[in-house]
Amino acid sequence: MSINLISTENLTFCFNGLEVLSNISFAVKKGDYVGIVGPNGSGKSTLVKNILGILQPQKGSISLFGQPLSSFREWNKIGYLPQKLNALNTYFPGKVEEIVQLGLRNKNAQNLEQVLQLMGIKHLSSRLIGELSYGEQQRVMLAHALVNRPELLVFDEPTTALDPETRDIFYSLTEELNRAHGTTIILITHDIGVIGKYARNFLYLDKKVIFAGTFEDFCTSPDMTGLFGPMSQHIICHQHDALESNP
Amino acid sequence: MIGLGEIFKYEFVQRALLAGVLIAAISSVLGVFLVLRRLSLIGDGLAHITFGSVAVVLLIGFSPLYVTVAALPLVMLSSLAILQLTRYKRIHGDAAIGIISSVGIAVGIILASFSGGYNVDLLSYLFGNILTVNQTELLLSFIVFIVVVGTVIFFYNDLFAVTFDEELAKSMGIKTKRINIILLLLTAVAAVLAMKVTGIMLVSALLIIPPLTALQLSFSFKTTIIISAAISIFSVINGIIFSFLLNLPAGGTIVIFNVAFFLVIFGAKKILRFQR
Repeated sequence: MSINLISTENLTFCFNGLEVLSNISFAVKKGDYVGIVGPNGSGKSTLVKNILGILQPQKGSISLFGQPLSSFREWNKIGYLPQKLNALNTYFPGKVEEIVQLGLRNKNAQNLEQVLQLMGIKHLSSRLIGELSYGEQQRVMLAHALVNRPELLVFDEPTTALDPETRDIFYSLTEELNRAHGTTIILITHDIGVIGKYARNFLYLDKKVIFAGTFEDFCTSPDMTGLFGPMSQHIICHQHDALESNP
Repeated sequence: MIGLGEIFKYEFVQRALLAGVLIAAISSVLGVFLVLRRLSLIGDGLAHITFGSVAVVLLIGFSPLYVTVAALPLVMLSSLAILQLTRYKRIHGDAAIGIISSVGIAVGIILASFSGGYNVDLLSYLFGNILTVNQTELLLSFIVFIVVVGTVIFFYNDLFAVTFDEELAKSMGIKTKRINIILLLLTAVAAVLAMKVTGIMLVSALLIIPPLTALQLSFSFKTTIIISAAISIFSVINGIIFSFLLNLPAGGTIVIFNVAFFLVIFGAKKILRFQR
């Protein structure tokens, strides 16, 4: 039986007195590929930030890799790509190589070379990150998340600034990492089609869990037909089925 | 006029140069992290608090030999108060600095009035005089220099990550709260020491201008720190020598050298960019 890499119990988070997350309970198993969807302000990023210890919930419990979050120390097992970088400004003097290396906890130089190559940014390694385009910066941050070869990858809207070609490369890479290496992936996106194509399970969030489960459950759920409409539900399920039958 | 070679024979000049170099290095290295985190004004805030703290220390009756050391705990506590205030969602960092620094100045003015107005001792701290650095302050500068260099080397990755993006740093398991406390406490100590070099009025110049100049030349994070320290040390040495030779106030001369470096490098960069 595969273990839960993440589990939350009755997680509640408030901001300025308003409840942003309400009694969220869900689990992610090792090797899973979970998509998180929901409208703007539904708490997707907030949920992930609570799980990663960036924000502190008012109520509930979180465990990572079977340990309570408060005593969890194996952060090198997790790679995270935030939605936007708060401090990134055009004059930040960090070289691409320095920033990717920051994620490298085991100091394995081979990993660094490989990930720079993989993300197509080896030629940029000596450039300052502030000098790059947003799309290039996004690739640098992807490399930062991947460089340590983590067991759990958390992506918060990872492809917003990527061109279609790089976006496809990115999703293929996540799929390969998940299928071939067993890397657990959590993907937040507004693109439900992508979720349908790549994720095995998904969580529909709107301050609380509206749906959590497999695509099979989703596709046969009359509640979801009511929520998404029959056409959208059909498209999502069709994309998922096509991928499953032709991996 | 005294010759250049003669200057270095004076023991107080040697002490001033040594302390100046150490304090310049401390301030400019910490300044890189502060400027990049948009906390530049914290130097000004802590300097104002230093004014209040010095007034308290002088009123208590500490010997001028130990004023710097005695003012340290109050300034360090105030830096933690700034950090605590910024935790409240509706108080931004600059506003928190504003509140605490106003308290520092207000306390200084009130306490100065108790001792019959702005006495000479308190005014001397406002404008500073590196040439009056004593052995205790030199020793303190050396200890703080070792602590700052050691901290930056030991916590380099953590400091880099927190400066780059605090949330990302948290997700990497970095204790960002601890790093922020360390950075602010060291900055508080640097502000108290820098008071001796430039005076309370110009403390923030040592924290802000060398990093800003270094940012114009930087090609990596590490080189930014090294260039910032080099520029600051060079400005302090030149400032002390020229102030002595031309009988000018040392603090002001040091800051003018720092500004001159910034303008030359900033201007040269603009011209080069225009020519391309």
